[in-house]
Amino acid sequence: MNEFKARHAIGAPVKGQALVATDGFSARYDLDRIGGSFSRPAHKLAGQSYNGKVLVLDTAKGGVASAWMLREMASRGVIPLALVFNSVNPILAQGAVFGEVTLLAGFDGDITAQIPNGAIVEIDPARKILRIL
Amino acid sequence: MNLNDIERAMRAGELGRVAQLAIEHQIKVAEFFGAVDFVPVTQAHIMADTESLGESGVQWLESLAAQDNGSARVRVPTITDPRGTDFAKAAVLKHAGWILDLERRTIAAFTKLGVAMTDTCINYQTIQAPVRGESVAFGDTGVVIYSNSVCGARSNFEGGPSALSAGLTGRTPRYGFHLDAQRRATIRVRTAWTPKSLNDWGALGAVVGRLAGNYWAVPVLEGLESVPTSDALKHFGAAMASFGSSAMFHLAGITPEAVRLEDCGGERLREAHRVGEAEVRALQGQYATQKEVDVVVFSAPQLSLYELKVLADLCEGRRFRKPLLAITSPQVKPDSDRMGYTQRIEGAGGHVMSGMCFYQSYAREIAEANGWKRLATNSTKMVNILGGYGYVPLLASVERCVEAAETGMLK
Repeated sequence: MNEFKARHAIGAPVKGQALVATDGFSARYDLDRIGGSFSRPAHKLAGQSYNGKVLVLDTAKGGVASAWMLREMASRGVIPLALVFNSVNPILAQGAVFGEVTLLAGFDGDITAQIPNGAIVEIDPARKILRIL
Repeated sequence: MNLNDIERAMRAGELGRVAQLAIEHQIKVAEFFGAVDFVPVTQAHIMADTESLGESGVQWLESLAAQDNGSARVRVPTITDPRGTDFAKAAVLKHAGWILDLERRTIAAFTKLGVAMTDTCINYQTIQAPVRGESVAFGDTGVVIYSNSVCGARSNFEGGPSALSAGLTGRTPRYGFHLDAQRRATIRVRTAWTPKSLNDWGALGAVVGRLAGNYWAVPVLEGLESVPTSDALKHFGAAMASFGSSAMFHLAGITPEAVRLEDCGGERLREAHRVGEAEVRALQGQYATQKEVDVVVFSAPQLSLYELKVLADLCEGRRFRKPLLAITSPQVKPDSDRMGYTQRIEGAGGHVMSGMCFYQSYAREIAEANGWKRLATNSTKMVNILGGYGYVPLLASVERCVEAAETGMLK
């Protein structure tokens, strides 16, 4: 299968390279937002750059700061191209709305197990579709 | 989405551009989650430290406050989470001028919009706790989980822009924890061990939060042998929200929506998890990696008057070799001053700060400016956060942390 339907979606259509891990996401807890990499040592993507990538992760973690931070990251151009999660909390949805970041969430099955790391994917939020190219 | 007359008027701009921008933001969030209407809220609480906002967020806030000829105001009482500094202690933290400037601009913009700068993450202890069934729009995970679980109020995690929008419109989309169905228990946990110290309560919250795993899971915990204090549940909830992104828990026989297990639907769940002292000690052990400390911090959540009293007692007869920071709310600080707690803590070489929270106060910048890396704390929430800021966070009881400030070593 190379096409996946999400239950929730927002943002503009994008195409890019997937960065995949079975781990959570919080802009405050996990990122060096100036350098553009995962900085929390225990994170499975520690040390890897997220800039311009389609982040495919399990779920939103941590606090409420991501609601502001996604827009701040966008203002400097150091931000993931899109966020794709098995589940999100309201903070990431609110942050995606505020920061105008493409976000997909809620799939049948574990999306982190179905998208190969490094795959080129296309996201159509209007149809709530992610497609592996 | 169903809108009533006033909501349609807001959307059409008839009540000003600011209200229009706010409700447009809320409608997009509502549509993402499939909310069918709005629910009126009585209070909003905004997390908006300037490390999170950055220059772009501050500019956005200033432009919002300038709209409608600067006449826009919040429609319900709207208060703030901790700021990014304590201006009276900025020199101790070595906060740079640009940080203070961003903070001042943010405060000016919020004040113009009618927001009350309470600067606290323990508003349920200090400002006005919501009551059972009260719908609010709170914007700090620790505040939300306490309000939902202990008070029986109703709130989702409301990030800064959404909490401000709720203040400006007086409502929030009805989804998540505003709905009865979302408040039912989804995971049943039993413990045969009741913590005594606050850091043990925090660690138990973290263990349960990890089991819960995501925002939409609601744990019900059975087996506690005594009723926890407000401070215990503050640490328990804050750590659970941090480790699990959890927004609500039930304690069977204790919290208001689980007086009986069946009240929260817990009886229909298989008892899937047993946790106890071993799990708590294992979690704490993950944050016991070094002995030497550079700084000791009590924060996250801000300290209550009772916590400051305990700390002041522990400071008697000591002289600290390492910085010790105790961070509380602007509401508690004057009482701490009056009771002499501040003087006793600072007499030993510590610092009592207010209106900020350590991890929301440019943690990376102050680490670099002060040469701090190994940080000891009794806050399970804070150790979960600070690794990403380059710290080696060390978790210990308040007694061991105070001793470490005196000797430089965690024993």
